[in-house]
Amino acid sequence: MSVETTAVEGIEPGGVYLPRPPLSEEEVRAAVQSAITRRGGAAADPVEMREALIPILSEVNQTLGYLPPEAFVEVGRQLRMPVSQLFSVASFYQMLSTKPRGRHIIQFCESAPCHVVGGRQVWTALQEALKLGPGETSSDGKWTLQTTSCIGICAVGPVLVVDADIYGNVTPAQVTEILAKYQ
Amino acid sequence: MKAVRALVLVSNDPDSLARGAQEVYRRIQDEVKAFGLQDEVSVTMVADIGRHDAVPMVMVYPEAVVYGPVKPDDARTLVEEHLYKGRVAPGLMAPAREMTGRIAWLSARKGTLPAEQRIVLERAGIIDPDDIEDYIAHDGYLALGKALTEMKPADVIEEIARSGLRGRGGAGFPTGTKMRMVARENKAKKYVICNADESEPGTFKDRLILEGDPHSIIEAMLLAGYAVGADEGFVYVRGEYVLAQTRLKKAIAQAEEMGFLGQDIFGSGFNFKLHIHSGAGAYVCGEETALIESIEGKRGEPRPRPPYPTQVGLWGKPTLVNNVETLANLPPIIRNGAAWFKQFGTPNSAGTKVYTILGNVNMTGLIEVPMGITLREVISIYAKGMRDGRAFKLAQTGGSSGSIIPAVLQDTPMDFDSYAKAGVSLGSGALLICNEDTCVVDLAKVLMNFFKSESCGRCGPCRIGTDRAYQILDHISQGVGKLSDLNDLDTLANGLNQFSNCGLGQTAAVPIRDMLKYFRAEVEAHIKLKVCPAGACAMSGIASRR
Repeated sequence: MSVETTAVEGIEPGGVYLPRPPLSEEEVRAAVQSAITRRGGAAADPVEMREALIPILSEVNQTLGYLPPEAFVEVGRQLRMPVSQLFSVASFYQMLSTKPRGRHIIQFCESAPCHVVGGRQVWTALQEALKLGPGETSSDGKWTLQTTSCIGICAVGPVLVVDADIYGNVTPAQVTEILAKYQ
Repeated sequence: MKAVRALVLVSNDPDSLARGAQEVYRRIQDEVKAFGLQDEVSVTMVADIGRHDAVPMVMVYPEAVVYGPVKPDDARTLVEEHLYKGRVAPGLMAPAREMTGRIAWLSARKGTLPAEQRIVLERAGIIDPDDIEDYIAHDGYLALGKALTEMKPADVIEEIARSGLRGRGGAGFPTGTKMRMVARENKAKKYVICNADESEPGTFKDRLILEGDPHSIIEAMLLAGYAVGADEGFVYVRGEYVLAQTRLKKAIAQAEEMGFLGQDIFGSGFNFKLHIHSGAGAYVCGEETALIESIEGKRGEPRPRPPYPTQVGLWGKPTLVNNVETLANLPPIIRNGAAWFKQFGTPNSAGTKVYTILGNVNMTGLIEVPMGITLREVISIYAKGMRDGRAFKLAQTGGSSGSIIPAVLQDTPMDFDSYAKAGVSLGSGALLICNEDTCVVDLAKVLMNFFKSESCGRCGPCRIGTDRAYQILDHISQGVGKLSDLNDLDTLANGLNQFSNCGLGQTAAVPIRDMLKYFRAEVEAHIKLKVCPAGACAMSGIASRR
C-alpha cells in the first residue's frame, strides 16, 4: 500500500538517528507476550489465532512504536507462523510500521475533499516548517511526516493529525502554532 | 432514565472533541451544579447531530435550541440564561438551519419532498449511544423481537426484498437478493459481516451511524444473521475510527448482558455471536473479499471472483457482507414493513440516502434525504449555496471512485438508475462540490494519486495503470503534456476497467473518463496553450493566468 508511509528516508544505515533507546530483547518479548495473552494465549484455536494476528501486531506496534525484526521472530515462534508471512502481512497495512518512526507522527490528509479547500497550501507550509518531505523522519527523531488517505473528517478539511490529536479547518498560518504544542 | 426538566446534549464527534467539547461538557456540568439544577437537568455527550458548521454544538431539549460553536467560557451564560432563567441565549445560538427538516418543504417538488427524512440516522444525536436503555426506549430491538417471535427467516428476507432496499456501499445490489443467495447455501456454518471499513474520500456516514447509534447495527446484524442462518458476525471497522470502535464494543457488551446477543435469544433458539475486527489502514479492505482476507489475518488482497462470498466467504463459508448504511435500514423495514419503506425515494431506488456535503459551499456536513433529489437541490437548499457566491463547476460523487459531474447534469435525479442512464455513478454518497477555482486536471491527479498509493499492487493492470495515469496527469499539470497523452489516458482507462481484478482498479479511471468526456477543452488548454484556466496547476515555471 502507500509506500511513503513506511519509508524512513534520509537515515543512513548505522547513522545516528534512533527514535528512542534501542529496544531490549525483554521489552520486545514482553510486548508480544502481553498482546498474545490478551487474546487467549498461543494455545487457542488456530482459526481464532489467525483472526487475532493483525490485532496482535497492531498492539505490539502501538507498545513499541513500530515492529522490530525481533518482534516478528517472537510472534512467529509463539504462533508457529513463518516470519516471512508475518512480515508480508505487516508491510501491507499503513498503521503497522516495520521501520522506526519519530516520537510524534504527523499525518496529513491528501485526499480530494481536503485538497480543494486549501489542503495544498497547508501541505506546503507543513513541509517547510518541518523541513521534511513525505515519509521522512527528522534527524533528531522528533517528527515523522506522513501523508494519509481520507480519515473521514472531511467536513472540516483540511485535516491534520498529530499522534491522536485531530486538527480541522487548518490554515497555513496555524501550522507552526500546532507544531509548537509538541515537545 | 430519571425524569428531567431539560436535557442538554453536547456534541462529541471527533471534530467537536478537537475543539474542546470535553471541556465544554465539564464546564456545563459544573455550572448546572453551581445553580443547583443537577436534579432537574441532565447533561449528556452525544455524537453527531447532523451539522458540522458550528462545533462544538450544544442542544437543549425540550425546546431543541441549538447553540454553537460553544466555548468553555460560554457555559455559565448558557446555563444561567437558558436553564436557570428559562430564556434562550440568542448570542450563543448556532446559525439557523432546520434540524430534522420534517417541517420544511421544497416548493420545487410541490410539497412532496421533506427537507430531510431520517431513517438510518433517526436516533443519531438524539439518544445516548452508550446507553442501551435509551436505544430500547426509542423502538430499539423491537424489530429483532418481531422477527424472532413472529417471522420465519424466509419472511424476513422476503420483507427486505419487497422493500426494494439496495446496497448503500456504492454498487446498489439488491439486498434481499444477496440475502437469498446466502440463505439457500446448505451449510451449517455461515457468517454475516458488516463492512465498516469506510475509506472512500469524503465519506463519513458510516462513522456517524456507528458513533451515534451503535445498537442499530447490532440489531441489524442479528436480523441478517437470523435471515440467512448465520450464528456469527463480524463488524470490520477501519482502524482510524477509534470512537466508533469504543462505542460499538460497549454496545456489544450491553447487548450481551441483556441477552440480545448470545444463546437462545428471545427464547427462539437463535444464537448469535458478534465480534469487532479493527482494520489496520488499507483502503482496499473495503472491497469485500479483501476485507475477508484481512479478517483471516492476511494481506488485504482481493480474491478473484467468482466464487462470490455468498458461496465461499470467510474461512470458505457462505458469508453475507453488507455496508453499515444498508444494515441500518433493516430494523426500520422489519418494524414498519416494506410498504412503508417504499414510500420514500423513487420506484427503483427506495428509501433514503445519506450524503456528505463537502467542498466550496456554505454548509458542509451530512444529510439524509430520499433517493432521487438532484445536485442542484443539494447545493441550493442543503449546502446553502456556493461559498462567496462563486459559480458551481463540478461535483465529485461517491468518494474517489465516483464520477465527476459537470454542471449540465445537476438536474439529474440522484438515484441508482437515473445516474447509470446518464453514465455517471452515485457511489458511496460523498458530494464534493467545487467552484471554478478547481482545475479538473489537478483534481484528477489527486484522485489518481489516491488509487496509486492505495492499490494493493497484486495485479499488474491496477498497479502499473494507476501509476502511469498519475505520471501522465502530472506531466499535463506541469505544462509538458502531449496531445497523444489523451489517447494514452483513454487506453489506460479502458485497460484498468477491463483487466483489473477488483473494484479499485476497475473504477480508478472513472474520473479520467469523465474528465475527457466533459472537460476536454480545459485539459487541452494545459497541453496546447500551456495554461491552466483555473489557475491551480503550477505549469512548471510558466506563470499561470489568474
